[in-house]
Amino acid sequence: MRRFDWRVAIGVAIIGIICLLWLLATGILIWSTLDETGRDAVAATLRPSLELLILMWAISLGAVGIALRWLVAYFMTAPARLAEDAQVLLGTDVKRQLKPSGSLENRSLTDLINQLVQQRETLREEMDALVQEAAHNTELEKNRLAALMSELSKSVVVCNLDGRILLYNNRARMQFHRLSQATKVAAGVELIGLGRSIYGVFNRKLLTHALENIQHRLQHNVASPSAQFVTTTQSGQLLRVQMAPVRAVQLENREPTQMMGFVLLTENITHEFEALSQQDHVLNTLTERSRAAIANMQVALDVLEYPDLEPAMQESLLGVLREETQGLGERIHELKSTTVNGFMSHWSLEDMLGADLVEAAINRINALEGLTATEFSVDTSVWLKVESFTLLEAITYLAEHVHQQCGVDTVQFRLSMTETHGQLDLCWTPLNHEKDTPLYCEKDPIRIGGEKSSLTIQDVVERHDGAFWYEHETEGNQAFFRFLVPLAKPQEQLDTSALMRKESRPEFYDFDLFQASEQTRSLEDCKLTELSYTVFDTETTGLDPSGGDEIIQIGAIRIVNGKLLHQETFEQLVDPRRSIPAITIPIHGIQPDMVKGQPVIEEVLPAFHAFVGDTVLVAHNAAFDMRCLQVKETATGVVFDQPVLDTLLLSAVVHPNQESHRLEEIAERFNINIHGRHTALGDAMATAEVFLQLIHLLAEQGIYTMGQARVAAQKTYYARLKY
Amino acid sequence: MSETILIADDEKNILISLEFLMKREGYVVVVAHDGQEAIDAISKEHPDLVLLDVMMPKKTGFDVCQEVRANPDLKDTLILMLTAKGRDTDIAKGLAMGANGYVIKPFSTRELAQKVRDMLDQA
Repeated sequence: MRRFDWRVAIGVAIIGIICLLWLLATGILIWSTLDETGRDAVAATLRPSLELLILMWAISLGAVGIALRWLVAYFMTAPARLAEDAQVLLGTDVKRQLKPSGSLENRSLTDLINQLVQQRETLREEMDALVQEAAHNTELEKNRLAALMSELSKSVVVCNLDGRILLYNNRARMQFHRLSQATKVAAGVELIGLGRSIYGVFNRKLLTHALENIQHRLQHNVASPSAQFVTTTQSGQLLRVQMAPVRAVQLENREPTQMMGFVLLTENITHEFEALSQQDHVLNTLTERSRAAIANMQVALDVLEYPDLEPAMQESLLGVLREETQGLGERIHELKSTTVNGFMSHWSLEDMLGADLVEAAINRINALEGLTATEFSVDTSVWLKVESFTLLEAITYLAEHVHQQCGVDTVQFRLSMTETHGQLDLCWTPLNHEKDTPLYCEKDPIRIGGEKSSLTIQDVVERHDGAFWYEHETEGNQAFFRFLVPLAKPQEQLDTSALMRKESRPEFYDFDLFQASEQTRSLEDCKLTELSYTVFDTETTGLDPSGGDEIIQIGAIRIVNGKLLHQETFEQLVDPRRSIPAITIPIHGIQPDMVKGQPVIEEVLPAFHAFVGDTVLVAHNAAFDMRCLQVKETATGVVFDQPVLDTLLLSAVVHPNQESHRLEEIAERFNINIHGRHTALGDAMATAEVFLQLIHLLAEQGIYTMGQARVAAQKTYYARLKY
Repeated sequence: MSETILIADDEKNILISLEFLMKREGYVVVVAHDGQEAIDAISKEHPDLVLLDVMMPKKTGFDVCQEVRANPDLKDTLILMLTAKGRDTDIAKGLAMGANGYVIKPFSTRELAQKVRDMLDQA
């Protein structure tokens, strides 16, 4: 049914009244000009048609109403609708063409609006494309930076002015792992992490001093100020650190010298320093002892020149000479055997997997015409200290030399190790069986593809402090060149695989931390979205920590700047030094033999404490987990006094009408999948995801800060539970 | 009366020759084989000059030097350090500890004898 339009009704009424009034006035005017006869005649004429007159008046009013209605629809309703439609287009992202209606003007206005909508859409699409491209470029740059960082051979750590780490590379991760005092616990993850404080590694005063130095130089407009220092870490390692400022982007209202943070390039020089100290010591001892020996000999010789020397004296002086000469010889021999390796560390030898060197050599040789190289027997566990470029040149030259001199077209590689050296053999089967032709080429300049190098094989071997010879096996038909090259130190090959997670690109940076500063506010006033958290869970032998139940696993993950850091997790099995009740095994899946040989709680808790650092602890039903940690305070001396939030209580704050606040139920409510329910890390990760959702829901209830969250949580019923 | 010289060195190989040489030069010679022996001998014999090795067991030549200079009875004893330690810093330390001279091994016996003579004459 069509809507009754009051505007039309009022219009019709007004027109009707006006018509009536006009008729009356005209009638009265005419009436007053007529005489009595005329008036009677008019009255006699009109009286019988009065009803007809009123009917006509009503009909004409109806016609006016229809006309008015049409006019209103045409000139007023259509623009009003147009306005509403335009309002919708303005207020939302709806994309549609408006239907022209109403007057001509209204139609052309609709057309115009349609064109504007079209234009807006085009602009929006262009803008979207630009934003997308910019975002893509930014992402690319970030990836490039991350890739660059991960390839750098120096450790790089970038911090904001509070000392919070906002970027680090894999090298730093490995290096800091080695600095850890508890490397065997959870892979020593406690020292480095986004949002973590660098002062956990370096002395605060030392860094502050270096920062002040840089700031001072910045104020004096030094072009690229940096500070360098050497420091000893808590675990006794020696680090050379170079600090450079991260300057604020120059804006009109900002001083260009303002610092936003700093970059630390660190190098572990413990080995280098030890080697240098040893060399220094050896050189000093040698000098001093030789001086003393020569002095003894010289004085003895001077005395021997006296003509009237008694035979006994003469004999004892000769004895001195013999003894000192022998002593000198022994010292030089000793020096050669013990320390020359140390001196060689000055050469730029790099650690390389022997198999990689062999592979590179094979590729090079196969690129030569008429010659094929293959592996014969390669020990893949051998790590060598080599200058790979020159060594590869030498090997390739030798292969070519053998090809030309002996006519062989296939060579093979053998790699093994002795106690002190790696043994790399370039083997071939000589064609000429009749005569064993030794190949002398040690002093030949290395020549490859007609290009002559200034190096000889001997030079290359000397650079490696190695040895080289040609040999023809008496049994068997193989001939070979053998290189002895130094082995790389075993500890220098570890960790790479353990620390490099194979998953997606690591979350090693968070530049938003440049803006963060917690110094000015107390923790209670800090926003929940800005704090750093360690979300953790423990698996235990039972539910009564005070009655002797022990922790058997701790898992934890960090949240920094509202992001879950999947790269920064803590997962450690613990030897409970008691039996694990069979009834609990189906729950946590930890068999007794899994905890055998694992570190005990006294070793794990200090490392976990360091991992937690100054973050806020979060757990589901935290009262239980905290109780587990607290009963160990006396035994371990580690006190967890960090602030604690409980997702169980917070869930009760957000959903007071729900019956269950078990982790599974909450996860289901938030559509979160739990991977590895009832493993400590799996539960910790699920709790962390739940916690991130809870932060949003708490904000809807006006709970933004740590203090507000704690007060709200304490009020809930569940807060009364005690373990 | 001829002057007394104490030779303190743990190397018997140099003691034999130096003892012979100094006796030939006309001095009365006393020998010591380590730092403590040297101090005892200095207190007992009051030598006019000590040829003192630096690296000795029990007490180093630097320690001996310091103790002698700290003792009012002995502080005028002339000390000539004989040492294989040739770094500038060691020489500076020896002189700072109170040595009157410093001879780096190896040395020429003629020059050593001359140096001892000069020091005794100047005293």
